[in-house]
Amino acid sequence: MIERLGLELLENFGNFDNTVIIGLQPRGVDFSVRLAKYLTGILGKPVNHGKLDITFHRDDFRRGTEVLLPNSTQIDFLVEGKNVILVDDVLYTGRSVRAGLDALLAFGRPAQVKLLVLIDRKYGRDLPLQADFTGKEVDTVSGQKVKVEWSKDGLNDRVILYTPHEKNE
Amino acid sequence: MSKLSTEHLLGIKYIQTEDIQTILATAQNFKEIINRPIKKVPSLREITVANLFFENSTRTRLSFELAEKRLSADVVNFSASGSSVSKGETLTDTVNNILAMKVDMIVMRHPNPGAAVFLARELQKYPKSAHARIVNAGDGTHEHPTQALLDAFSMQQKFGNLKGLNVVIVGDITHSRVALSNIFCLKKLGANVKLCGPATLIPKHIESLGVQVEHDLKKALEWCDVANVLRIQLERQDIKYFPSLREYALQYGVNRQVLDSLSKPITILHPGPINRGVEITGEVADSEHSLILDQVENGVAVRMAVLYLLAGTPNA
Repeated sequence: MIERLGLELLENFGNFDNTVIIGLQPRGVDFSVRLAKYLTGILGKPVNHGKLDITFHRDDFRRGTEVLLPNSTQIDFLVEGKNVILVDDVLYTGRSVRAGLDALLAFGRPAQVKLLVLIDRKYGRDLPLQADFTGKEVDTVSGQKVKVEWSKDGLNDRVILYTPHEKNE
Repeated sequence: MSKLSTEHLLGIKYIQTEDIQTILATAQNFKEIINRPIKKVPSLREITVANLFFENSTRTRLSFELAEKRLSADVVNFSASGSSVSKGETLTDTVNNILAMKVDMIVMRHPNPGAAVFLARELQKYPKSAHARIVNAGDGTHEHPTQALLDAFSMQQKFGNLKGLNVVIVGDITHSRVALSNIFCLKKLGANVKLCGPATLIPKHIESLGVQVEHDLKKALEWCDVANVLRIQLERQDIKYFPSLREYALQYGVNRQVLDSLSKPITILHPGPINRGVEITGEVADSEHSLILDQVENGVAVRMAVLYLLAGTPNA
């Protein structure tokens, strides 16, 4: 699936001279690292790649039972004027992506921002946001969870759809 | 650890080691943010903070105000001079009135030791005010927790870990809230602490906090990795604790000669304001071994972390 998404990106963005990949913390980062690695292999040169933490832009601050703790942000290049591909593993309510967009714009004015997700949970959106590149669409009901697991060697990656039992929660 | 064990930051004594680690880890994120072109995040946009300064301050006050603004909080400032405090209003009444204007957090500096703890206890009696978070920005000779946290953060940035680090605190220990907060903080993080100064400025029985006392500056500096040099607080000295500033500078002033005589270079911290030529020479304060301006930069990041974590910790 990474191969297909990677090739789709190459079709749209050519040699990646003016294009960067940014993974959303925490779970979009593993995916974006894989994607960048695949593209680097094909292009034969490094692809600009960063990670972005959205914690301070989230809309549920003070609304849960625990304080939201941040992850690190690392963007070692300018996003001004670039094509930015935001990468996350699962698109569901769209709230993380909204926060990600706000967080990203603090770094400058990109030429365009595209959203790439591995899994699109249809019918769950709270905000009017859609992905530009999607690995797979799945139909889910609220209460179910989708979890993406990345293995170190890349051979045992898997996507799990499950319904959490109360005793496990 | 996903939330602090406390609703207020009254002193390092009252928080857990895990709280300190959470604050320092979060400060790392804010340090990255304040080095961006746009140094502001919207986290605290629904929060109003009142800065209550019953005592003079430059650094701490500006640092808190910048921290609040960079978190998008609304900020009101209050200083005792020119307020109704001079008409005889009590601290509790003043704060209750401010909180009635829908303020969520109080950052307070006060000349009386224990003022922040007193205020936190007092507000529990008023249901309308019990929600407020209190941050102690220095209370008399008691504690100055954010200073200790930013000192620890600065040392952590340089050394990676404070465990086993040898830190000497030089100067007026008796009158220093920075010293007391630093002792609690450093001990909780596993550093070794020595105090150095004239016997008149080191409290009796201070060893019970797990620190050592050394009256010889050179020996103390030879032992340490980091020297935190404190200001001589003339405004808190009601009697003469040493014959003259000149004599103090000769005995306990940190200068180039004494640093050059050591077997290894050491790192210098100072909480400011500096009395150049008294506790530290200008040359040392501006040298490459001094972290003084890093401390000031880190202060904003650490205070952002404290405000963010306290505001984001739901009511018990």
